[in-house]
Parts: sequence; structure tokens; C-alpha cells
Amino acid sequence: MPLSSRHLLGLQGVPKEDIQLILDTAITFREVLERPIKRVPTLQGKTIVNLFYESSTRTRISFELAEKRLSADAINFAVSTSSVNKGESLKDTVRNIEAMKVDMVVIRHAAAGTPLMLTKLCDANIINAGDGIHEHPTQALLDMYSIREKIGRLEGLKVCIVGDIAHSRVALSNIFGLKTMGAKVSVCGPSTMIPKYIQDLGVDVIYNIDEAIQENDVLNVLRIQLERKAREYFPSIREYIKYFGITSERLEKNKKDILILHPGPINRGVELSSDVADGPYQIILQQVTNGVAVRMAVLYLLGTLN
Amino acid sequence: MKLLLKNTRVLNPVQNLNEKNLDILIENGIIAEVGKNLQQDSSDVKVIDLTGKIITPGFIDIHVHLREPGREDEETVETGCNAAANGGFTAVACMPNTEPAIDSAEVVEFIKKQSANHLVDVYPVAAASLGRKGEVLSPMAELKDSGAVAFSDDGVAIKSASLLKRALEYSLMFDLPIIEHCEDDSLAGGVMNESFNSTLLGLPAIPNVAEDLIVMRDILLAEYTGGKVHIAHISSANAVNMVREAKKKGIRITAEVTPHHFTLTDDAVKTYDTNTKMNPPLRTRKDVDAIIEGLKDGTIDCIASDHAPHSIEEKEMEFEYAPNGIIGLETSIGLAFTELLHKKILSLEELVLKYAINPRKVLNINIPLIQKGFKAELTILDPDLVWTVDKTKFLSKSRNTPFDKRLLTGKAIGVINNCKMFFDGKFTSI
Repeated sequence: MPLSSRHLLGLQGVPKEDIQLILDTAITFREVLERPIKRVPTLQGKTIVNLFYESSTRTRISFELAEKRLSADAINFAVSTSSVNKGESLKDTVRNIEAMKVDMVVIRHAAAGTPLMLTKLCDANIINAGDGIHEHPTQALLDMYSIREKIGRLEGLKVCIVGDIAHSRVALSNIFGLKTMGAKVSVCGPSTMIPKYIQDLGVDVIYNIDEAIQENDVLNVLRIQLERKAREYFPSIREYIKYFGITSERLEKNKKDILILHPGPINRGVELSSDVADGPYQIILQQVTNGVAVRMAVLYLLGTLN
Repeated sequence: MKLLLKNTRVLNPVQNLNEKNLDILIENGIIAEVGKNLQQDSSDVKVIDLTGKIITPGFIDIHVHLREPGREDEETVETGCNAAANGGFTAVACMPNTEPAIDSAEVVEFIKKQSANHLVDVYPVAAASLGRKGEVLSPMAELKDSGAVAFSDDGVAIKSASLLKRALEYSLMFDLPIIEHCEDDSLAGGVMNESFNSTLLGLPAIPNVAEDLIVMRDILLAEYTGGKVHIAHISSANAVNMVREAKKKGIRITAEVTPHHFTLTDDAVKTYDTNTKMNPPLRTRKDVDAIIEGLKDGTIDCIASDHAPHSIEEKEMEFEYAPNGIIGLETSIGLAFTELLHKKILSLEELVLKYAINPRKVLNINIPLIQKGFKAELTILDPDLVWTVDKTKFLSKSRNTPFDKRLLTGKAIGVINNCKMFFDGKFTSI
């Protein structure tokens, strides 16, 4: 059965069957990544533009690799090298790209809703690679893939997202996706970083990190964006580390068996202590590998829809 | 030139006038007679049958942005006045966020000159501080003498409590109101209302309390100084309740609401349509319900559109980057009739109060009387006309409306003022 939509704009409202299909398809591509020749001809002849209006290294490289491993023609359009700096509107940029006969557009943009806007401006399949503080669906899909790979299921699992929930597109996509897959989701962080109406999404709010560790099977720890506004939301990094930082002492005090995810890049010594970031509970680098497979699955399923 | 308007209902609450089957004879722009079965005595009388229609004092929209001087690509005084006439208004008050701001007698006089020969009267609202910067008071007395009817830093609240206090104290000398855009600067900066929807949409949000704080501040300073504060585009439930309580205490405070704030909720933002982006933002159902209560019990005095023209290029942008505001002159009355009259929230008399009478009281402008010897300044309404909004037919220069293709019931079908008539889509001299 094909996907129910020709775009991947977010995980809000995406049916369980679609998520299941993407995760199952990713298993096949994950296997391809272990082969000596890591390339399949699946999207040969398809042209995919990576339209990145916001700087990103890992997501862009992950998409680019996924595209190349599917034999698609990948073109990178990054903000610093583009005509955006010359004041061209998004509409004109997208129409120009479309005029070059592009099949799919992967977009990263600092403004929420931009991927939806693109669906109205051109005919290509649109994949959201992160829009503002809205959604980052492929990150949530690779998180779910990684959890499922490790634990074997998502249904009934208790997952807590830790950190700056209010300014995170990863949090929102994870909440939508995990809830659809039957997980029990909570969030934990300083109260100033928890959106006011988050409980209406059916998630629990925890302010005590020890409690979050005790009560959950999985912690998905978000990056505290020290370079951005985040620092206005808590008194000091020292206080953040003391009350929300995850250290091995804390893990041992509370519980032995827990799975720790982090979308990267890590602030070592802030949200995760170095020994936790390199320790036995985390699957941070598996997430990165799985990210390529999951993005291959998304590109393949959307690219072969028609 | 004579004009005979026949078989119409005439409604003017300030005259206790509400009578059907009246005729109005207008000669050289002056009402020559009001009565039953007026006869046409000569052939140069233009007769219009208005059976089923209603004539009221000319409606006024006291919150419009005409964009001239500065952004004539979006609207000019002339095109804004044309839109006003097409929307059923004989007068507008234009806000001072022009470039340059309306903060000198020269700019007031320029705007008066640009509108001098138009059917629609333009009443400039001047900046309360120089350049709307919130630092130094504008020359308020001189602005008043050149024709300004109120003061506002428009788009932002007057920056500090001390400057607002001084502006209110100074304005006491000529008893003009300070019109306030109520938003606490330190809580502003979002692009939609803070609600469950903003969490879902991942858009930076403005909480209600940003509005409520300044409404409270302004009420307290109005009470303290005895000055008049008019709250522009009230949008939050708390603000409506605070204004109600302030009025009970006799504080000189008035309020207006826009049609979009009583028609839409922030559910409309779910499409990321930039024509649902305005400031104050669309709020929740609870706020809309409070606004409707406030309209019913008189807490909210006026309906004003906050007509804010923007170019297509500016609005065809990422939601977070697009400017705030929508045009409203040509949909205001249709929305009010559809949402308030036909849903039995307000009576026709109450609508006339909110569109023609109360706004003029706020600005100390004479209320047109429908009486022999007075200037004919009239709006002609068809309360039951069913029509579809078509933005391509607007007379405004801009097209930024969320109401295109919306089916409405009730419309102003003509206006008369300054020896001119707008009827059947045409301006004529009468």
C-alpha cells in the first residue's frame, strides 16, 4: 500500500499505516547501507533539490547521502550560495527551481509553514527537513526507527522528551509520531521551555529529571541551543546542568536500564555529560546511520508514488 | 440638481427616528425634505426607489490605514476613500503610521488636501509622539488646529507610562482621545495568538496578557488623569472585561473591535495563510464570545476595520516574515450584518450606533442628522442582500483579505456626502 500523501510536511495527522510503512521500508535500506556497494538504482533519473534556507550540516548531508544512494540526482541549494541573498522571494526561487524540472524538494527553513507554502507553489513532492519550531518529521521517524530497532516495539513504551520543548521542531514531530504509534509520551524541562498548551496534545509534563528517568523507557534528549534565545529561559547553564543535565551518577541512582537518544549536535557537559554521551545507554551514532536509511525510505516511497 | 430617494426606511437613533416608507429629497447636497409621498415637481429630479432599503447617517470607519504619504503602491488617500465609499462609509479616520508619520501640521494638511474633493471625509489621527517613537510629545495643539481628531502611536502602545500620562494630561486642554494599540512591547514579537493552535503550528506566539497589561495601564492612567483613552481593535476576553468595569466606574474609556476579531478565531491560521496574520492576532472562541458580549452590552462602542493594505509581494511570503494586517473597508458592513444582525446579536439600531453615532462621539465629530436643512451624509443599506466577496472588484489598491469568496448577507449599496453619491458602482454629483 502506498503512502496516503505525496508530501511529508510533518507527522501531525499522518496515519499509523504510513509511519509503519516508512519504518518497515527503512529496514531494507538499512541493510543496503551494510553492503560493500551502498547504492540502489531506485530513483535513477529523479532530480531532488535540497533547499536549505537555514544552515544545517547533518540533516543536509544525511538527505544528500540518502538521495545519492538511491541514484537520484541531488542538487544542493544553500542560502549562502543562492540568490536569496539578492533579495529573491521564496516564491520566485521555487518557481525557478521548478522550471528546471525537479521532482522533489527537501526544504529546511527557519519559518514554520514554509513546506506547506511550497506545495502550493510547485508540483514537486515536498519533504520537510525542519521548519522553524514546527516539525522535523524525518528526525522523529529516525528516532522511532532507532527505538524500535533497539527495543523491538513502540506500542506501550514510555518516552520522555527532555530539554527545550518550546523551541523544538524535533519535540513536536516526536510527540505526534510516537502518540500515533501507541507510545506514552511525556516532556521534561524547565517550565519556561514547556509550551503552555502542550498537555492538550495528551502528553504529561515532568519537571523533575530524576522522576523522568525513573518512569520512562526512553529519553530523547534535545540540544539546548545555547547560541540562540534559549539562554533567556533559565538562569544559568550551571543551574540547567544541575537540575536537567543527564549524568551517569543520575542514571545509576535512578535506574539501570534506559535508552538515550539525542538528535545532535550534543553540548557535552550540558544536556548530557560526556560519559553518558559515550556510554552504554545511548544510541546517538546509530541514530545517524538510521537517519540515512529512514530518509531513503521516505524519498523512495514519495518518489515512486506516481 | 435634485435627488429623490423613495420608499425607504429611515433610521437615526439620535433623532429617535425609525420610520418606514419615507422619501428624502436632496437639493444641492442638502436635505430639502423628509416625508411621505413627496412629489417630484420637475424633470431634473433623479428618483431612486429604495423599497426594502434603509437610510442611516453616514457610517464612519475610525481605524483605517491610507498609506499616503509613503506607501502609495499599497493605497492612496483617493483609493482608500474609494474603497470606503464602496464599503458604505462617508467618513474615515486615518491612522498616523505613514512615512513620514502624521506628526506635523504639514502632513495633516497634506492628507486633508488629498481628500478635499472626495465624497468621503477624512479625519486624520495624529501621532502622539514625534515619529511615533515614544520619546517626545508631538505638537498636539497645533495638530488639533490643523484638523487632527485624536492622537495615537498606532501600531504600538505609547512606550512609557510617563509619556502616556503626559499625553493624556496635555490632551485634556482640547479633550481629544488618545487611541491606543494595546500591546506590551516586552511580551510582543510573536506572529499569532498564543494558544493550542500556536503550539501545533510551531509559530512564535503573543499571549493575551500582552494586550491586557496595557489595557489595564491605560485604564488606570485615564482614571488618574481624567483623560480619554480609546482602545483600538480590542481582542482579548480580559480586556473586554476590564473596559466594562472601568466604564462602570465612570472612567473615560471607549473601545472598538474589528470585524475579523468577531468573525474569526485563530483556527483560521492553520492554513498559514498570511491574510490571517494581523496584530492583535486572531484569538480563541472564548475571546470572540467575550467580544460578542461586549458588543451586546455596550462595552464595545464601535466597529472599525483596521483596514491595512499590503502589497501582494509583501503578503506572499513566509508566514513569519509577512507583515501584519488585512484590508477591511469593503467587507466590514457585510460581515457585521452577517455575523451580528442576522445572528440576532445586535439590532439594526445598535449597528447604526456602532458604525455612525458612537465613533463620532469618540472623536467629537458632528453626527449627521436626517432632517430638513442639514447636509445629506447618508449610508444606504440593503440588510438582506446576499452577495459574495470578490476581492478583484475591490476599489482598494490592495487585495489582502481572508474573506475572499465568502458569502455574506447585508451590504451598503450606496453613500451620499459632499454633494456626491456613490451608487451602482459609480460616483456621481448630486
